[in-house]
Amino acid sequence: MLRLEKRPSPSKAWNYATPVLAVLLTMVAGGVLFVILGKNPFEAIKLIFWDPLFSEQFAAYSRPQLLVKAGPLILIAVGLSVGFRAGIWNIGAEGQYIIGALCAAAVALAFYPADSVLVFPLMILAGAAGGWAWAMIPAILKTRFNTNEILVSLLLVYVAEKLLAAAATGFMRNPDGAGFPGSRNIHQYGAASNMELFANSGLHWGGVAAFIAVLFTYLLLQRHILGFHVRLAGQAPRAARFAGVAPARLVLMCMGLSGAFAGMAGMFELAGPARLISIDFNAGYGFTAIIVAFLGRLHPVGIVLAGLLLALTYIGGELAQFMLNLPAAAIQVFQGMLLFFLLALDVLSNYRIRLAAPSRSSEAA
Amino acid sequence: MSTPLLSIQGLTKVYPGVIANSDVSFDIGEGEVHALLGENGAGKSTLVKAIYGLIRPNEGRMLWRGEPYAPNAPAQARATGVAMVFQHFSLFDAMDVAENVALGMDNPPPIRELAARITEVSHNYGLPLDPTRMVGDLSAGERQRVEIIRCLLQNPQLLIMDEPTSVLTPQEVEILFKTLRQLRAEGRSILYISHKLEEIRSLCENATVLRLGKVVGRADPRQESARSLAEMMVGQTLHTPSRDPASPGKLLLEVRDLSVASPTAFGTALKGVALKVHAGEVLGIGGVAGNGQDELLGALSGELRAPADMVLMAGDPVGQMGPTARRAMGLLCAPEERLGHAAAPDMSLTENALLTGAWREKLVNQGFVNWGKARGFAETVIQRFDVRTPGPHVAARALSGGNLQKFVIGREILQRPSVLVVNQPTWGVDASAAAAIRQAILDLAQAGAAVVVISQDLDELLEVADNFAALNGGRLSAPRPVKGLTMDQIGLMLGGAAEGETNAAA
Repeated sequence: MLRLEKRPSPSKAWNYATPVLAVLLTMVAGGVLFVILGKNPFEAIKLIFWDPLFSEQFAAYSRPQLLVKAGPLILIAVGLSVGFRAGIWNIGAEGQYIIGALCAAAVALAFYPADSVLVFPLMILAGAAGGWAWAMIPAILKTRFNTNEILVSLLLVYVAEKLLAAAATGFMRNPDGAGFPGSRNIHQYGAASNMELFANSGLHWGGVAAFIAVLFTYLLLQRHILGFHVRLAGQAPRAARFAGVAPARLVLMCMGLSGAFAGMAGMFELAGPARLISIDFNAGYGFTAIIVAFLGRLHPVGIVLAGLLLALTYIGGELAQFMLNLPAAAIQVFQGMLLFFLLALDVLSNYRIRLAAPSRSSEAA
Repeated sequence: MSTPLLSIQGLTKVYPGVIANSDVSFDIGEGEVHALLGENGAGKSTLVKAIYGLIRPNEGRMLWRGEPYAPNAPAQARATGVAMVFQHFSLFDAMDVAENVALGMDNPPPIRELAARITEVSHNYGLPLDPTRMVGDLSAGERQRVEIIRCLLQNPQLLIMDEPTSVLTPQEVEILFKTLRQLRAEGRSILYISHKLEEIRSLCENATVLRLGKVVGRADPRQESARSLAEMMVGQTLHTPSRDPASPGKLLLEVRDLSVASPTAFGTALKGVALKVHAGEVLGIGGVAGNGQDELLGALSGELRAPADMVLMAGDPVGQMGPTARRAMGLLCAPEERLGHAAAPDMSLTENALLTGAWREKLVNQGFVNWGKARGFAETVIQRFDVRTPGPHVAARALSGGNLQKFVIGREILQRPSVLVVNQPTWGVDASAAAAIRQAILDLAQAGAAVVVISQDLDELLEVADNFAALNGGRLSAPRPVKGLTMDQIGLMLGGAAEGETNAAA
């Protein structure tokens, strides 16, 4: 019989091992899924995890895509990780990402076609402010009326999507666009363009921002008293109040930070790879970033690795879709399984599995 | 000799890394009140859990009236005739008495019938209880009655009581003892677990003493002195904390007509609490838990805000300040709940040292934590307060209750408070650690701090306090000098009787 036994203190080794194990289990379960879909599982797994980086045929296009996709994932995920550590669950980064992009687009379109070095930094500020403001809605509702930030932030994603659709088809539509939906191409507007920094590297300013955000978050969590209070509030809320942490201020700070990071990610995406505001501008980064945050153990360095991995599943998934005719949903299932296995395996950090022999005392009696 | 009701033979229970019980044997006769004595961690709870079918022993056997007895589950134990009243009640605040009793029964009768039986049984045993009252509104003593009556309805042969008096006032203890004696007269047996020796001497005819999981003595408590029993329990001679008498200095902490609502649904609001504590003085606040102790500590620590001039620190109003600002002024606190309130369970001792020591010990510079210095402070606490642990990197939850309590108290005392407020400083702490903690509190007062000790343990308060006040239903009686106070007077103060009220009004 198997039995779970609580460890006296959490296991460090399992803490590191579970993400790796979760990836392996996802590959196995994903393989089974591909077999059911009638595909060769080995080919599919290779196509997702190996070919984007190392196949001669695809790597030239796919490899730079890795940083393109990982940038926003990491930027959003480090922001979310701070709140998650404090037990503040911002599930609506996708919405904050959209609003950030809309605000940045508004700045760019307002200045168009002026050529000023200030446009780009202003767009970054607008993106961050937009995401921050959108995150403040669930934050203030929570601190004032004790609403559930999970529900409010999640539902606001759908509000943001409606605003996005309205912008793309209405108030931000390109006046020279012959009536097609979508804004002006901001990537082609020099002063606002988020250019690739090195040819074929995939690195744009969003990647730089993600790197700075990782460094900032690392310092905050490990070295700053605020980061300590964040962790304290997540682990022992009563002890945090005793230590002098004001819960409402913490909610505002964590929601604000994650919202601002998500909004910035939306801005970099808009001015870079996405090029313009369109109905299907958002690609689910805000949701996938939740997986990235947990897979990376809510640790900034872990999030970098997890962000790269999840970016790979995006690229590989597209490749598999295109080469093997896998349905687009298959890759979402794949990402979902990853989170599922990770959370299931997490039990091992705090518990050990024991093979319990049936008790002998009854025979002795 | 007749066959004993329950015979325990060579019982051993091993947990990973700990032997909780090792070869424990004793008998409980029919109609006997048997005491199980021992410090915290001596293995008393493990033993009674085995008798009650909550855990299964690794070795040894039990005989019930000569027949093998190996319960797999509490239901089986109850069917045999064993009932247990736990130290920590398992009652639902938002349900009434009858509903709570029904929840603990294997085959509850219809609720109206049950209510009638509750009234009957409570009347027969002198434990008045209204089955329609909400449990959330009951006092600790009344809650215990719910648990006892729940047991008595099963008509048990053996009643196990785990530390039943720890939450009762002296008067309530008397009522309980009358009931227990009546049960004995009916031929029922009682296994009575306690570390209060006077009680055991007045109630029990046999005692088994456990230390570190082993039986270290058997005695007839009526033939022993409390001291000899204590030394049997601890295995060494006991040191009584002491200090030189001193005249009180200037007024450091004053609470004026403090009324605040409780932040929790079934908490107790504070109503017109007033107290003064001078430098060098220890004020002991007694009372059964749940009468506003947590709220009072919160109002003093700053977790609970009050109008500014209701709490004064050396004359300055601090009622509106948060914990950090009050700490900066020298008002430090140690809450009752060690894990989760005073300390974060999964964090290291270094991080827990930072928890309250951040500003006073200057462990933070411009917002950045100096982890080396924090570790140093944790090490100092560990060393000065004899905390048994491999080092400051260990998680708080890995420490035993007594060691963590020494760490928590030491962390505050080493920050040189001018006012220290502690709630239940030695709850669940073994005797030698408790003595060390009390001595540290006395030394702090001796050095000129004002100390407030909130405790349910009257013996502890009489030992450390200069003045005594009782907290009852959120009201605090007027403090009185401990010298010359009799147990009867204390009982009346705790019960909130007329005398205490008039004094408070005066």
